[in-house]
Formats: sequence, structure tokens, C-alpha cells
Amino acid sequence: MIAELGLAMLWLAAALALLQLAAGAGALTARGGELAGIVRPVAVVQGVLCAGAFLSLITLFLRTDLSVKLVATNSHSLKPVIFKLAGTWGNHEGSMLLWVTVMALCGGFIALFEKRLRQDTMLATLAGQAFVSLGFYAFMLLSSNPFERLAEPPPEGNGLNPLLQDIGLAFHPPTLYLGYVGLSIAFSFAIGALVTRDVGPAFARAMRPWVLGAWIFLSLGITAGSYWAYYELGWGGWWFWDPVENASLMPWLAATALLHSSTVLAARNALRAWTVMLGVVAFSMSMIGTFLVRSGILTSVHAFAVDPERGSFILALLTIYIGGALALFALRASTISEGTRFAAVSRESALVFNNVMLSAILGIVLIGTLYPLLTEAFGEKVSVGPPYFNPMAAIFFVPMLLVMTVGPLLRWRDDRAGRTTGRLALPALAAAIVALGLVAFAPVIKPLPFLGMALAVGLAVASVLPLIGRDLRRTPLPTYGMVVSHLGIAVALFGVGSDSAFSIEKLVASRVGETHSVGPWKVTLRDIEPVAGPNWTALEAALAASYDGGSPSILRTQSRNFTSPPQQTNESALHTRWNGQLYAVLGEEADDGRWQLRLWWKPFVPMIWYGGILVGLGGLLALIGRLSRDIKRTRAEAKIAYRRERQGR
Amino acid sequence: MSDPATAAPETNRPGWVLWLPLALFVGFFVLVMVGLFRPADREVASAFIGKPLPAFDLRPAVPERPGLKTAEMATGKPKLLNVFASWCIPCAAEAPQLAALAQQGVEIDGVAIRDRQEDVQRFLGQYGNPFARIGADDLSAVQLAIGSSGVPETFVIDGKGVIRHQHIGDIRAEDIPTILAKLQEAGG
Repeated sequence: MIAELGLAMLWLAAALALLQLAAGAGALTARGGELAGIVRPVAVVQGVLCAGAFLSLITLFLRTDLSVKLVATNSHSLKPVIFKLAGTWGNHEGSMLLWVTVMALCGGFIALFEKRLRQDTMLATLAGQAFVSLGFYAFMLLSSNPFERLAEPPPEGNGLNPLLQDIGLAFHPPTLYLGYVGLSIAFSFAIGALVTRDVGPAFARAMRPWVLGAWIFLSLGITAGSYWAYYELGWGGWWFWDPVENASLMPWLAATALLHSSTVLAARNALRAWTVMLGVVAFSMSMIGTFLVRSGILTSVHAFAVDPERGSFILALLTIYIGGALALFALRASTISEGTRFAAVSRESALVFNNVMLSAILGIVLIGTLYPLLTEAFGEKVSVGPPYFNPMAAIFFVPMLLVMTVGPLLRWRDDRAGRTTGRLALPALAAAIVALGLVAFAPVIKPLPFLGMALAVGLAVASVLPLIGRDLRRTPLPTYGMVVSHLGIAVALFGVGSDSAFSIEKLVASRVGETHSVGPWKVTLRDIEPVAGPNWTALEAALAASYDGGSPSILRTQSRNFTSPPQQTNESALHTRWNGQLYAVLGEEADDGRWQLRLWWKPFVPMIWYGGILVGLGGLLALIGRLSRDIKRTRAEAKIAYRRERQGR
Repeated sequence: MSDPATAAPETNRPGWVLWLPLALFVGFFVLVMVGLFRPADREVASAFIGKPLPAFDLRPAVPERPGLKTAEMATGKPKLLNVFASWCIPCAAEAPQLAALAQQGVEIDGVAIRDRQEDVQRFLGQYGNPFARIGADDLSAVQLAIGSSGVPETFVIDGKGVIRHQHIGDIRAEDIPTILAKLQEAGG
């Protein structure tokens, strides 16, 4: 019954999306004025219905209703409740429903709260949003119905991929999804603005909170995903340039560029065409990433639906939306009049530079991700990995970091280079001290980590400079947001540099009772015992680890075996200190009673993720600042209107 | 998608630059169309194919059959090595196919993964026993060493003890000809 209800709500929501598109488009024509009134309410109801359908699916998973095909193939009655919940979106159909639900809810929110846009641009935006949603509704209703029933329910479900049975993974995909799909709003805004040729500061201000919101989720989602890969996959790395990782990085790069260019557009009415272009590109990257992961066209460690038929469906959607939007852009962009000019040394120039660098990195990641596909078309299989991505990205990342230190100190429109050079002495000094320290104490360090750590410290100092000499209580929240986010980049960069420069790895075959040293640590294998969980059995090693002769702490690492579906995973053990992490993984039993044990000492590695969290936090501060300013302005305007009305009487 | 060339902010921009993003997208489209519809071999090939079996010595899983030693695997005659477990439902599903293969004179050795003796006995009693030898792999050590990631899996081993083919998942009736062909190849 719940499944049928969910399906019915999904069909209704799809029908309303069609109505929203038709009414929105109709209202833009000369004689369709009276249609305008229904677009907003329809968008709201569509959001509610779609959310209802998603809630139905969640309920089916929580109840483990095995008569529903999706539940039977992805869940199991023995699974802990939290993973039953995660099972809802841990599969193709469920994640598509989550996708369209987020889109529909965002549309509903715009309809309810967005008041700044011109009426016609608003209608075009909502119509665009409905148009994009429709494709995804069609995809689900015609080719991958999440509510499909089975004629004969099986006695037990198939379970969920054990790698995904992890608390991090339960919430990592929806976080990323909110980011991906949030960018659909930017896309719809861009289309709306192109249709009505209304690209100006008001458009940028209306779009910016949505981009910020999506960007926060993307930042946190990428951070969480990276940490998950680090501790769950047991290989001690935090980024592999895997297609799935790249699929999340590319929209983030585009959204970061969009965030900065929309600031220029909002403040200075410049970069009009470029901002609209980025609005299209950011969401395109979400869709292209999803396509690459879903179609099975690229092999990845965690691509999860190898299915050319679904691949072609998403490809068709991609072609219509991205191709259509880019064609619209090509036709209309020349008619968006140019924005305000600015001088070579100015805040705008720094932001343009940032945009160009981010776009270049985006291009490099995209090329690297697609390159295996290109060579495969010519019959050769290659894989592109860190040896390509790291140096290529660094070529553009390093100059961007340098400009990041200066940019926030520059004035809008026109500035003198001499004015800021004095203020840069402090960060330059900090970077120089770190560089000298590294040369003195770690002379064998590779150039990229060396550069990264020195630049990170310089950037960290530079990023707080915009606060110096200001009244801190009157400094706007978005300025704090910028400071915190830039600081986060510096912190993460320091962690990355330190990890690649100073990590120590040791692979040992250990008998119980033996002690091994890794960096400043002494690690003793105390014992190995079998343990059992709700749906797995494991061998658990207890390790006594002491830092620099201190008192030992006990770490437990497991090699787990899941039975349904059968799979083995390694649960790494982590011990975090202020100056780094000890990382241990239990391997297989070698001959003569010895056990494989992999140990790492990774100085300052947690800073990578602390930095990621700071980046997201900065975004949140900026978002709160922007929204509260909007609310204040709306209230003030209402007050003025009220007074005028009374005086008029 | 986003070429730095389009980044030049609104100054002196020739008209064709606006079409560049679309042109790049068309390139992407063509590329993935080729990738999507070209019949690719999506089969997972074990890195262990073509390599000799690693050294192992497993105790017998059941008293009525001997255990499994690498040394005994290179008998000069190709055979199958079936990785199974009593708790695995697809293993039960493939039992008739294994029985059929055994009846045709194929020698099959088994590796029981994380199993108890009485469970294996019950399983063999219920679904038949096509195995010449059965080793007990209590810690999945052998399973992992031969590049198997789940149960059931079946390996074709040639007369010198070299892995020639890996069949992932249960053997269905339609897989029998392939398995026999691979055995034939391994025998030559």
C-alpha cells in the first residue's frame, strides 16, 4: 500500500512539473499573463508530493518490505536500522528519487521565498527547474521505478554492499547530493536569466545563497568522502583521483568559481556572461559526474551501476539539458550587455584570475578523467592517476594560492599595487621561516610538499589580514566567512603537504607479542581474537601503541567478513594526537603464525579534514550573513512602504 | 567544458568564442557515445590468471575426503577448484552443475571458506559431494591468495598447477560448455 501511495505521489509530482513548465513558459508569452499566478503554488505542491514519495520509500526500507524489489535487492532484515535508512539512497533508484526530491524541494523553496528577481525571470527560472526535473521523473517512472513490486517476495533480502555499511557512508552521499542538486538551482537561474536577458546584480544576489548552500554541502561532502576512503578502504590514502572522486571535485571547482564571479556581479555588475556560463557549467559537471559514475563507462573502485541502458538514458538527459543550455548561452550571451570595466590591479582582477585558474584545474581534472575513455576508443587501456593530476593541478593551484593571499586585500575597481605590498610582508615572512625550517630540518623533502607547506603557512597568515585594523563587531559576516574558508584551504593544504612529506609506512609480518617501531611510535601486537557483529564476523587484533616511550593506548583493527553478500573489509584503527595520526590495518595471516600488519605514522594528516570543515564553516557564516541581511532589507522595505501608505492617507 | 579561453572577461570577444563551450560538449558527447555502445569486455579478470597457485596446505574440511595441498594440485591433469561455503545460497544452487561436471569425469577440488565440519557435512549430504578433496580455509587466507573475492567461485587449474580461468559466481547450466572448453584448453 505504501509503495503504491509513493508511486502515485511520484506520478502526480511529475504531472505538476509538466504543468509548472507549461504555465511558466505560457506566462512569458504576450497573452499568457493570467497563468503566472499558478506557477509558484504548483512548484510548492510538487515539492511536497515528491518529498512524500521519498518518505514512502524510506518507510519501506525501515520496515524491510521485501515485496518491493528495491528493498529486496538492497536490504536485509538483520541490518542495523541506520543502514536500513541509508539503504534507501545507497542504490541507483533510491538515489535518483533523492535527487529529484532535493530538486523539487529547492524549487518549492524558491517559489516561497525568492522575492528579488523580476517576475518574468522568476517564472522562467521555475519553468527551467521543472524542465530539468521532468527528465529525472521520466527516467524513474519509465526506466527505474523505485517502487516496483516483486510477484513473489523472497524470504530474505540481499543486503547492502558491506563497504557502504559505515556511518560515514550513510550520510556522505546525501550531503554530496544536496550539493550536486543545489547547483541545479544555479542552472535554472542561469537559464531564466538568459531567456529574459536579465543578468545583473539582482540576479547574482538571488542566485548566490543557493550557490553558497550547494557549495557548503559539496565541501563537506567531499571532506567526508575523503575521510571515509581514508579510514574504511584501509590503504592509508585520502585522495586517489578516482573518477568518482573527480565527479565530486569538478562541480566543486565550478561552484567555487561561480561563487567568486557572482560576488563580482553582485558588487560591481561585471562578469555577466561569465557568471551565467559558470551557472550552466557547475550543474553540468554534477550531471556529467553522475553520468560517468552511473553508466559504467569508466571503471572505478566504487562506481555502482554498470548498465549501458541507464547510461544512455542519462546521456539523453545530459544532451538535452547541457546542450540546450549551452546553445541558449551561445545565442543570447552576446545580447547581455557588457558589465562595468575595472582596472588591472583590483579585487575584480584577482577574482577573475581565481576564476581562470579554477577553470583550468577543472579542465585538467575533466581531461584526466575522460582520457582513459579516449584511448579506449582507440583500443588502448590506460589509467590516469596521481602522476598526471598532482603536478598538472599544482601548475594552476600554486599561482591561485599566491593571488588568494593578495586578492582579499585589494580594493574594488581600481587599486595601487604599492598599497598592499607592505601588508604582505608578514605572510611572506611566515612562509620564508617555514621554508627555511624545512630546509634545515627536513632537507630531503620533495619540491611540491615543500612548496605546499610554506605556501600554506603564508596563506594562513594572509587570510586573517582582512580582519586586521577593522572594527571586528561591525565586520560583516560574509567577510568572516571568506577569512575562515581561506584559512581552511591553508589548513588543509598544510595537512596535505605534511602527509606527503613526512608519512612513514611500515609493512610487517608480526607474531603475537612482537613490537615494531614506526616513526616515534612503538606498536606491540597483543593478541588476535575472533569477534562477531550483527551481520559479520571478524578477526580483531589488539595493538598496544606508545608514543615516544609514553604509556601505551590500545588500538583495535579488524578484518571483517560479511556473509550477505560475501565480502571482506578491513577496519583500520586510528589513534589521533594533536600532531598526527597512527594508522593500523590488520592483513592476512602469513605462514608460521605471523600476521601481516600495516602501520603508518602520518604527521598532521587530520588537518586535511579540519581544513575541509573550516571551508564549509566559512561558507555557512557567509550564508547566514547574506540571508540575515536579506531579511533585514525586506523588513526595512516593508516598513517604508507601510509609512508611505499611511502618509498617503 | 570550461576552457580558459572563454575566461577572458567580456572584452573584445569574437562571436565564435560563445559557441566554444557547446563545441566542447559535442566532443564529450561523441566520446561517450563511442564508449557507451562499443562492446567492451567488462569481465573482471583476476590478476592471478596465468600464475601458479600459491603455496598452501589446508587440513581436511570433512573426514571422508583428504585436505588440499598445493603440491597435490599439479597432477598433470586439468581440474576445477571450487571455492564454496555451506552458508552460501548460490553454492547450493550450483551443486547440480558441479555434480554434472563430476559425472563427466572432471576432477573437482573444494575449498570450504569459514565453515564448521558438521555444517559442511550437512551441506554435502543435502546437495551431493562432487569433490575429490576438500580443504578447510578457516581464515579465507587461500581464498584471498588466489584472487577470489566471494563465494562461490571456480578456478580452472591446468596440469602444472597454474590458474587458467576464473568463474565468478555460481555455475549455471549455460556456463558448463565454457567451463568444459576452458578445461580442454588447459589440458592442451
